[in-house]
Amino acid sequence: MISVGHYLAVSAVLFTLGVLGIFINRKNIIVILMAIELILLAVNINLVAFSAALGDLVGQVFAMFVLTVAAGEAAIGLAILVIYFRGRGTIAVDDANRMKG
Amino acid sequence: MIQLIAFYLFAAITIASAAMVIFARNPVHSVMWLILAFFNAAGLMLLAGAEFIAMLLVIVYVGAVAVLFLFVVMMLDIDFAELRAGFVRYLPLGALVAIILAAELVFAVGAWQAGGVDLAARAAPVTADTSNIQQIGELLYTRYIFLFEAAGIVLLVAMIGAIALTHRQRGGVRSQNISAQNRRRPQDATRLVDPGVGQGMEL
Repeated sequence: MISVGHYLAVSAVLFTLGVLGIFINRKNIIVILMAIELILLAVNINLVAFSAALGDLVGQVFAMFVLTVAAGEAAIGLAILVIYFRGRGTIAVDDANRMKG
Repeated sequence: MIQLIAFYLFAAITIASAAMVIFARNPVHSVMWLILAFFNAAGLMLLAGAEFIAMLLVIVYVGAVAVLFLFVVMMLDIDFAELRAGFVRYLPLGALVAIILAAELVFAVGAWQAGGVDLAARAAPVTADTSNIQQIGELLYTRYIFLFEAAGIVLLVAMIGAIALTHRQRGGVRSQNISAQNRRRPQDATRLVDPGVGQGMEL
């Protein structure tokens, strides 16, 4: 039978892959944003798995809020990416030092 | 039994396509693998009994977010080969961080299964007689109504922010200014003159 441990294992692997994706694609901000989506997906799987295991609906409600924030973050991130590309002609974020921060 | 087979199928495809998302050479392929990962994660959530979240995942992620990524990837003219230059260089550090993170997650799951945390009270227990979507709706529109509205505000701010960031005023476009047209009166726009013979007309 499927236990909550199975789901936790899947989401742990997904989370780790997301973090690895951020590290190895350090120049390509599009793939970085996709890796962040993977991380949020792992979080959602965790929330839903615990919701199912504990018989508590709040996990699913919070998964919905995480989904909302993920959608907003993707929209804003891609908008910033588009204006960055317009100004620089590249999306290499290695040398994103425009604000001299 | 069929549940277990379905779980392993969905889990294996989710993880494999997530790996392809970060290792694919072309970001367009990355987006395609991301869509596959979302579909299979929706299958996983369906197996856990969260039908509403599963359908929401398909609609929001596959229908909106992945298509948004696809639009941006295809509309920007980017030299992707150059962006992959540091791929091998960053791999050892990334792998190290990933291994540490995975070890910590395994440790956390082990500690949790050892029985450290015991949640006695259920905040909103699942009832058997109503469907999943009805229960979520009853919870969302009563106890979590303010959080729900806050989520709506988050989406509104994201929408306005994205429009405000990417909107660009183009020069040299003759657009219609309706309020200026409506403000224009006959006495401002026309003039009655009575020129003498042979004097001509000053415009």
